[in-house]
Amino acid sequence: MTTVGEVTSVEVVDLATTPLRELNQRLHDLAGGAPGPRHWRVLNPNGAHAIACGLDAEIEVEVKGHAGYYCAGMNKLATVRVHGNAGTGVAENMMSGLVVVEGNVSQSAGATGRGGLLVVHGDASARCGISMKGIEIVVRGSVGHMSAFMAQTGCLVVCGDAGDALGDSIYEARLYVRGSVKGLGADCVEKEMREEHVAQVRGLLDRAQIDDADPSEFRRYGSARQLYTFKVDNAGVY
Amino acid sequence: MSDTATALSAEAVSDTAVAVSGQAVSDTTGGWQPGLRESYLFDRNVIAEIHRAAREGIYDIRGFGAKRKVPHFDDLLFLGASVSRYPLEGYRERCATDVVLGTRFARAPLELKIPVTIAGMSFGALSAPAKEALGRGATEVGTSTTTGDGGMTAEEREHSRILVYQLLPSRYGMNPDDLRRADAIEVVVGQGAKPGGGGMLLGHKISDRVAAMRDLPTGIDQRSACRHPDWTGPDDLEIKIHELREITDWEKPIFVKVGATRTYYDVQLAVKAGADVIVVDGMQGGTAATQDVFIEHVGIPTLAAIPLAVQALAELGLHRQVQLVVSGGIRTGADVAKALALGADAVSIGTAALIAMGDNSPEYEQQYRKIGSSAGFYDDWQAGRDPVGISTQDDELAARFDPVLGGRKVANYLGVLTLEAQTLARACGKSHVHNLEPEDLVSLTIEAAAMARVPLAGTSWIPGADHQL
Repeated sequence: MTTVGEVTSVEVVDLATTPLRELNQRLHDLAGGAPGPRHWRVLNPNGAHAIACGLDAEIEVEVKGHAGYYCAGMNKLATVRVHGNAGTGVAENMMSGLVVVEGNVSQSAGATGRGGLLVVHGDASARCGISMKGIEIVVRGSVGHMSAFMAQTGCLVVCGDAGDALGDSIYEARLYVRGSVKGLGADCVEKEMREEHVAQVRGLLDRAQIDDADPSEFRRYGSARQLYTFKVDNAGVY
Repeated sequence: MSDTATALSAEAVSDTAVAVSGQAVSDTTGGWQPGLRESYLFDRNVIAEIHRAAREGIYDIRGFGAKRKVPHFDDLLFLGASVSRYPLEGYRERCATDVVLGTRFARAPLELKIPVTIAGMSFGALSAPAKEALGRGATEVGTSTTTGDGGMTAEEREHSRILVYQLLPSRYGMNPDDLRRADAIEVVVGQGAKPGGGGMLLGHKISDRVAAMRDLPTGIDQRSACRHPDWTGPDDLEIKIHELREITDWEKPIFVKVGATRTYYDVQLAVKAGADVIVVDGMQGGTAATQDVFIEHVGIPTLAAIPLAVQALAELGLHRQVQLVVSGGIRTGADVAKALALGADAVSIGTAALIAMGDNSPEYEQQYRKIGSSAGFYDDWQAGRDPVGISTQDDELAARFDPVLGGRKVANYLGVLTLEAQTLARACGKSHVHNLEPEDLVSLTIEAAAMARVPLAGTSWIPGADHQL
């Protein structure tokens, strides 16, 4: 952090009285290291969509309540903490930085994310990590069906259970699930959990500040790489 | 139907058509002699495809667009001015061609000098020099070009003064920096060649650079998703568009592109979701790689789609407020003028732009023959062996293509399209190409009259006028 103020210096924006456009514009104006507050607190989000999306600065934004769709969408560098639940597409296409949701998240959490870390302390709904492209996602609860659909690269750690069709049409992403998996999607298989994988899970749990899950209890899933070429033998699974 | 029959049988007796199917034939008649009668249903192309399917066991994937004959702009004619109205002088009286896209909500609409833009084509499908040439050509004549399913390359950004950045279901290469570097954003819901289908890029075109841009392993057959990963349906789309506006501080125009199917409803829903510009791509629209069965059998002709889109906009009171861009089979200035007369604000070209750069040129006949094709028939854009260096990722082939010369050709071609459209507009007495209107058109066929909603020539009859949506 390039903060100049002390820890107690927090810029407070109340969305009950301030338009979302004004909040996002002020946050965007900090891109490229421009001077301004480094620590922000957003009050009364009331499920508004697109809160703190498109950030590009090493700042911290606390959202005190529930966020709607696409909170912290396409985030770069910033830390966004949602003290509530978040709607569809939280941290979608995130490039870098950290997004933490204290509650549950809706569908497509971290969709197509290319970097950074998304931590969900509750459960995530369907399609968590869909088309992920390098993002790391840690879910303390469970994830819904079709999670990690077409996941390309990156890592999804699920401390609870996974719904049906986990990792359908997966490419090179790594999936770790501690609990049960209702079903694996096309071309997704369980793989050996070697020491390097335990270490990877441990590292991610540490960064997510989750200390009540034993990394050795996770199982690993990934691509069988059988759908990487169009072959007639695959017709049944397409 | 007789036209279709003629076209098919004429094609079937040429040796090149047979050559496409990979069967060696030495004489120019393909073995035909008096008394041998070819089946209309099972002509040699159909037979070759059945043999191919039986041999390979998987559908045919190819590039280009629909090859079947459908009602098109050729079936319309302009009513030039005469006694009842007067024309404009060809070289003295001005016929303007400028168009502004994105005037509804965006702070920085696109100001184009001509109503012809370059459609989205991916780096991956096309080589980097080909993308550069499209940017150079478009920039020279003051129009826009568009990225594709593979992200934005430095070459195309550098050489495109006005660049539209596509947001596709795959989100390959998507990043907020490129979003902010773009001049407009196009949310791609579908394309005319395959409404309802996702992208494809076969392994031989997945070079290290293409793979890295898409975060995928080199050399695998890529299948892009057909639905967006983080929104479903028009209500979500509205929220997605809002997010894109917030990320870009409400500066960029936001286009929504749909393949032409249920065009009236799709356009109304896209407008309701907040689009600044609607792009409707008819079934003749090109593709780099799609199943042949998809290309030929899904979607409606461009001619039928335009009136549906215009009606949808007009009923909302937003025709000309939300601009309409039409693509799918635009080849000539006549096509441009007819699309505008039917109510489009601009058109886009894809296939025609590649042809302008040299695709399917007889100059490369010997090399087309070596890969089992022929100039005028080449559609294996998916295969990456393009001898012209356009639809390839092979460094050696791509190096054959000169982006400066290619750009020059694109600019020339765009210039000709514009001049031709102006010529027709002046003949109809219009001082701006946008003043062309359906009233300036008649149709040659009943089918085209019904689809385009202009009367059959010599009559006031618009078939189906009582059965419009």
